[in-house]
Amino acid sequence: MIRLTDVKKSFGSNHVLRGINLHVPKGESMVVIGGSGTGKSILIKSVLGLVTPDAGTIEVDGKDATKGDRDAFLARFGMLFQGGALFDSLPVWQNVSFRLMRGALKRPKEEAREIAIEKLRRVGLKPDVADRLPAELSGGMQKRVGLARAIAADPEIIFFDEPTTGLDPIMSGVINDLIREIVTEMGATTMTITHDMSSVRTIADKVAMLHDGVIQWTGPVGEMDSADDPYLNQFVRGSAEGPIESVR
Amino acid sequence: MSTIAAIGAATLAMLAAIGRITIFAGQTASHVLRPPFYFKEFAQQLLQIGYFSLPVVGLTTIFTGGALALQIYAGGARFNAEAVVPQIVAIGMVRELGPVLVGLMIAARVTSSIAAEIATMKVTEQLDALVTLSTHPMKYLTVPRVLAALIVVPLLTGVGDIIGILGGFLVATKTLGFNEAAYLQNTADFLQLSDILSSLAKGAVFGVIAALMGCYYGMNSGRGAQGVGAATKASVQAAAILILAANFILTGVFFSA
Repeated sequence: MIRLTDVKKSFGSNHVLRGINLHVPKGESMVVIGGSGTGKSILIKSVLGLVTPDAGTIEVDGKDATKGDRDAFLARFGMLFQGGALFDSLPVWQNVSFRLMRGALKRPKEEAREIAIEKLRRVGLKPDVADRLPAELSGGMQKRVGLARAIAADPEIIFFDEPTTGLDPIMSGVINDLIREIVTEMGATTMTITHDMSSVRTIADKVAMLHDGVIQWTGPVGEMDSADDPYLNQFVRGSAEGPIESVR
Repeated sequence: MSTIAAIGAATLAMLAAIGRITIFAGQTASHVLRPPFYFKEFAQQLLQIGYFSLPVVGLTTIFTGGALALQIYAGGARFNAEAVVPQIVAIGMVRELGPVLVGLMIAARVTSSIAAEIATMKVTEQLDALVTLSTHPMKYLTVPRVLAALIVVPLLTGVGDIIGILGGFLVATKTLGFNEAAYLQNTADFLQLSDILSSLAKGAVFGVIAALMGCYYGMNSGRGAQGVGAATKASVQAAAILILAANFILTGVFFSA
């Protein structure tokens, strides 16, 4: 469904992506792991067109992602941002139903609100949260609202950027379980960016390890622990010893 | 040689910035003409830029009008021309001080607010979120703000002109001994329609500059709190300088010959 071929991206002399080759089949949950600053977020932003690659091709369903109707293309996606990226000036329900209140998917206001409340309920939030502003919510609740917004329009493809960053272990577990449940019941194709190994084990069908601008290893999550890739092993063990340089 | 190189580099950087701002203004103009239009956001900006700026505009212009009356009276006394206070207050406020002061107050209050808000949205990935939700940030953020400023800043300028003249009137009639009816008659007789229209036109241009600079620097801010702070500072500086430069050019266009 999503295919990246030799995708490269540099910022000045910083070569972030040096030739990414990755395939995410329809209905699969792909988790991309790697250290901080290795370009994981740039990878998914390239697919969405938020970052323009210097070279390579990105295809979704065999079609070049950079060509064609942009609104129709983006309407297929949902995205949970690392910090939630909720709109401060809008109440929670308008954040969740943002896509449903404008553009091609526009619904009547009451219907959009009902859908928003239903999606909030799906991520474990009560209807009384709907009229609050994002700043009035805790970090975990903001993540849930972001998740509700990502699934509000029932997208075919969902991206999760660091879904558990900044959350305590219990809330991380709750978010991981929610993502797994929602992805399974929606049948969506997903890409998750994380360096949280508990997220990987809960969410992933397949894992790709990004290091030094290329995919070092990719395979089913069940083979991750037994793989003989030294980069992957060091990352999974969380060891300072290995081919990945650590600054101490 | 290094001095010449530094001057050259600064000149090139300035020209590049002018180019980027011109392109941004062109993009904004093209988005103004193409749907979708976000009327709710536009209405909110009318309130934010117009209605909520009334107190600062009123206070600034009433004190300036009062001070202007005192200055003209004191200066005019040197050559027995104290009687020209109503006329000079009126022409000074309407032609120059009204639009310029309103423009600078809008730059201080609105440009800074727009730049800080949009820069924070950029830093917290809200601009990226808008794009993923099929909403163009220029259409959703820039167009409503620039259009609202284009409409309400001339109105604020008109209000500022009136309040400034009122400040001069109060000082002249309560402390300098001018007759109230005569003061108002002199003011009305001396002002021409072209003075008022030039004031409103200046207000429109200054409003667009103020909103555009806030949006441009907000959308091009650097990372983190420092990036937001730098964008806010740069937006106000650029808006203030461009407003004063535009005032000079517009004054030349309206009143030369």
